[in-house]
Amino acid sequence: MITTASPACRYGYYPGCSLMATNRAYDISTRSVARELEVELVELDDWNCCGATAYLPVREKRAFVLSARNLALAEQNGRELATVCNACYVVLRKTNKYMAEDSHLRDDIRQALQAGGMDYSGNVRVRHFLEILVNDIGEARIKARVERALSGWKVACYCGCQLSRPFDDLDHPEYPQLMERLVGWLGAEVVPFPLAAKCCGGMAMTTHPETGQVLTGKILKVAKQRGADCVATACPLCQINLEAYQDKVGRAVGAPCEIPVLYFTQLIGIAFGLPPAALALADNLTPLEPLLGEKVTS
Amino acid sequence: MQTALARELCEEFLEDVYALPHGEKLKQCLQCGTCSASCPSSAAMEFGPREIIASLRAGMLDRVLNAKTVWLCVSCYSCSVRCPAGIPLTDVMYELKRLEVDKGLAKDAPGETMAHAFAETVDRYGRNAETTLLRKYFLRTNPLHALAQIPLAIRLFVRGRLEILPRKIKGLDSLHKMLAAIEENGRR
Ligand code: SF4
Ligand code: SF4
Ligand code: SF4
Ligand code: SF4
Repeated sequence: MITTASPACRYGYYPGCSLMATNRAYDISTRSVARELEVELVELDDWNCCGATAYLPVREKRAFVLSARNLALAEQNGRELATVCNACYVVLRKTNKYMAEDSHLRDDIRQALQAGGMDYSGNVRVRHFLEILVNDIGEARIKARVERALSGWKVACYCGCQLSRPFDDLDHPEYPQLMERLVGWLGAEVVPFPLAAKCCGGMAMTTHPETGQVLTGKILKVAKQRGADCVATACPLCQINLEAYQDKVGRAVGAPCEIPVLYFTQLIGIAFGLPPAALALADNLTPLEPLLGEKVTS
Repeated sequence: MQTALARELCEEFLEDVYALPHGEKLKQCLQCGTCSASCPSSAAMEFGPREIIASLRAGMLDRVLNAKTVWLCVSCYSCSVRCPAGIPLTDVMYELKRLEVDKGLAKDAPGETMAHAFAETVDRYGRNAETTLLRKYFLRTNPLHALAQIPLAIRLFVRGRLEILPRKIKGLDSLHKMLAAIEENGRR
């Protein structure tokens, strides 16, 4: 019997530490959406922190070893590794790239992995789940699954910086399009949002609050000015920065900044008609009732 | 201050930068200022990335290290993708941060405290957890500032979004062997 050839729909999955608690709604909604689209996400067994932006300023090679251990785990059963955290995405990809370009670095890292009983030959492709949905799954399959089109929703698509920087081979580094296309397939109206790839300040929200608040404030302010009624994110730290400090950042930029903020995966799940619990909507810090027209309970 | 020692340190540092992937391109900086104009943090910096490069090339490493600039870099890569000379500026900023860490020059920088709290947590558990990280961070900076975080902590807690300790990975021993093996190779 001939079955319809299903395109490569199995990926290693690297959730990252943030998704274990603080941003578990991102993990839950990612898995739910993947299931609906028959995309198999196989979580790496016993993955470790990728080191993020915060380990690099302490020791670079140690940071690369942390990432490389995850790449080695991924290589054990596949070639494609999906992540939903912008920081993880960049750090894992960067490790891959520098290992490929610098043979001394590669030897050092491989020796370190071997000292711990593992190895990595450099054959894993690191991908962001957003890009997988757009490029591998595609418009037809996603549209076909939409049950409750987001008509009337005005969405500001906020990608954050590291999704298209420094790796700008998949999307425009400053005016990214991938999320806008995807959100458009869900039936929502995408508001023009020139700050889509401007930085929210990342950890500066904690280490340099005056700077972080202004950067995040500008993003929320402009989203509101452009008429958006929600902001979609693709990174756990962006989500926290945008949803958790709206009163403070509003004061910092002297403009109203209250607006619902959701992960792009939650937006997809809503359009697919999934129940709120499958998307952990009750985790969100901003009220979603105005959008959903119903109360969110878990 | 322009002592011979400072100059020598600067040259040594530049050699380390040239050793980074594409680091040699630093020599081709046009001083166009695109990087500083693109930097989201430049308003808060004493001087931006363009001036950092100018200072380094003039042998004034101390000027760079004294300015409150490098720890304000949030690694957004705006400068790196826009630089017409292809200079990996974000990596240069990382290298400067590592130099400060190495020489013990960044002791009061909040960014440095955060980076260390993060690295320690990851070294110990193999993973990070925000609660542990922030507890360490605020204890070392200003514990009173932690109070301002309590309302947010409560909002997260009632939603089950706070994890008290990171979950240790099973392969911690093997990870530690890997980290010990890489340690032998200098600052990077
Ligand atoms: S970047 Fe954040 S989420 Fe990703 S693994 Fe590291 S700490 Fe964890
Ligand atoms: S926008 Fe902020 S949180 Fe998001 S990737 Fe950039 S620095 Fe990280
Ligand atoms: S953008 Fe590049 S060439 Fe221009 S000043 Fe900055 S580093 Fe130099
Ligand atoms: S990477 Fe750092 S220096 Fe470069 S633009 Fe971003 S914040 Fe500024």
